Amino acid sequence: MSVTTAFDLRRHLRGGGHSTGVWAALAALILFGLLRYENFGGAYNISSFLNYNAMFIVISVGMCFVILTGGIDLSVGSVAAFTSVVAAYLSPLGIQIALPGAVMAGLTMGALNAFFVVSMRIPPFIATLATMLGAKGGALVISGAQTISIDWGSNFTSLGMGKAFDLLPWTAVITAIVVVGLWILLEQTSLGRTVLAIGGGEDAAAMMGLNTRGAKAFVYTLSGGCAGLAGVFLASGFGAGQPLEGIGWELSAIASVVVGGTLLTGGLGSVGATVAGALLLGLVFNILNFENGRGVISLSAYWQMVIRGAFLLLVILLQSRLSRATQKELS
Amino acid sequence: MNAPDQGRFALDPARHGAGIALIVIVIFNLIVTPNFFQPQTLFVNISQMATIAIVAMGMTLVIATGGIDLSVGAVMALAGALAPLIFLSEFAQANPVPGLIAAIGLPILIAFCCGVFNGLLVSRLGVQPIVATLILFISGRGLAQVLTNGNLQTFSHPSFSYLGTGRVMGLPFQGWLVLIIAILLSWVVARSTFGRQLLAVGGNERAARLSGIPVHRVKIGAYAICAGLAGLAGLIVVAINSASDAARIGNLMELDAIAAAVVGGTLLQGGRAPILGAILGAIIIQLVKYTLLANGIADEVALIAKAAIIIAAVYLQQARKE
Repeated sequence: MSVTTAFDLRRHLRGGGHSTGVWAALAALILFGLLRYENFGGAYNISSFLNYNAMFIVISVGMCFVILTGGIDLSVGSVAAFTSVVAAYLSPLGIQIALPGAVMAGLTMGALNAFFVVSMRIPPFIATLATMLGAKGGALVISGAQTISIDWGSNFTSLGMGKAFDLLPWTAVITAIVVVGLWILLEQTSLGRTVLAIGGGEDAAAMMGLNTRGAKAFVYTLSGGCAGLAGVFLASGFGAGQPLEGIGWELSAIASVVVGGTLLTGGLGSVGATVAGALLLGLVFNILNFENGRGVISLSAYWQMVIRGAFLLLVILLQSRLSRATQKELS
Repeated sequence: MNAPDQGRFALDPARHGAGIALIVIVIFNLIVTPNFFQPQTLFVNISQMATIAIVAMGMTLVIATGGIDLSVGAVMALAGALAPLIFLSEFAQANPVPGLIAAIGLPILIAFCCGVFNGLLVSRLGVQPIVATLILFISGRGLAQVLTNGNLQTFSHPSFSYLGTGRVMGLPFQGWLVLIIAILLSWVVARSTFGRQLLAVGGNERAARLSGIPVHRVKIGAYAICAGLAGLAGLIVVAINSASDAARIGNLMELDAIAAAVVGGTLLQGGRAPILGAILGAIIIQLVKYTLLANGIADEVALIAKAAIIIAAVYLQQARKE
């Protein structure tokens, strides 16, 4: 019992202390935007920002669970592309079919990852790299390498275009529900404890009698499901299934998780800080867009990839100092 | 060949599986694929296989240290985007010979530096290889596109194109290049101090460090060689096409290279660097691609087939270990 308490305490000190930094950076960036740009705090910018970033938040949270176990999921981008096509095909049947259908497709891809990693004992990055290829191939096959337009007559469009209570985009509302649900799952349930324990030391967790295999299978399946939901958002936001989208999404998701202070070696981290990380990453691009609009700088779309990489590098440099400090403390 | 040499030259069980697979694919093609037994088919396959093999050999060294390099495709794009920029510049037009040397040397040097960057992140900062190389995986290609404004660069430059279209004794130039690099790297792995240190680091990093091996330098070396070879492969791709498209050069090459290395018997845990196995793996990957293409099966399905090959190869490795 005392072991668990010590472990929790350390996690909260570390995680808590570290995520304070993310929230502070987020607040500073928002303040900067509000002071510098007139329309930054406007309803249009807020709602389009949330609508666009909802899919990144969702996949980042799924990725967070995988990384907490010390694994990685490189397939999220192509799985989202695949499920966006599935959602577009199902859209004539309405949102009540298209949403669960596409999420199921994502869960299936995630279960495939889980099978590779847990049953076949294939290293996570190879397994998910293979699924990345498979999902990409699958998306191109079922779509004939074309974008698949959604059915504009169905209620599917209301997801990406409509707003809940005329205020927030539905995508943001659904994302909030998912985030809260997963936060409770990680912090308050035994499954969540097992996920954290695996990252802390898989063999030790298994010896304590925890169902590590089940928990690992769960995180990969969950990440697939989150990617599936992101695919639905993608299709609804752009009005079409996009078989070629999703390139580099895994990088964004990993960056968000790492920015949120989750250690890549697993065991330490939180859902809330991951969301903050995803918002921070999105906000950097939002502000760059505003700067572009003011004509101060002129960045092509290609710079986005460079900046994304540079951002991840920065975070890794910061984190390597932190994790070194943690290691020192633990040893 | 005696027993101790087997590990060094990769004559191990993993290779027999790959060898059998190769024979099966060739026999299948002889029966099913029209015009398979033609010199033209051989040339096409050699020139396509060469880029995979060159990158796969570098990847083998990185995997031997227990790492992985996801950035090879992006580094290919960076080198491939740079070369035409250099030899189409005014300086190179005025001085063809130094221009050509710069157009080949500088991109490879920059690719090499990318590898040093990867190696520094992995060794000095202790960043997981997947994440460390993910940085260049995404921003390397972005840089290449920024350099070229995302434009397709087409050119006509016979001496540069020799890299991709030249023939020596009737066979594609890059095929010979593969052979030379393979001999060189096989020697490095089996006989040089660096090679021994490389395998020691991959076999047991702690033990290697405790016995005084400069682990950081060895790792940086492996990533740098891998990236340098990827740069060379990028130049070859550009030379073959007489055109450079930063969005497409080396796209998904990291997967081909990893697959080739693994099929060739490289253990993902590190400690083994079968250079010849990597070439065998590259031949298999290329032949699978060719077989599907020649029989009218879409590229997209080929992606799924490749995924299945990777999973099968790694699974067999794991199963043998247990």
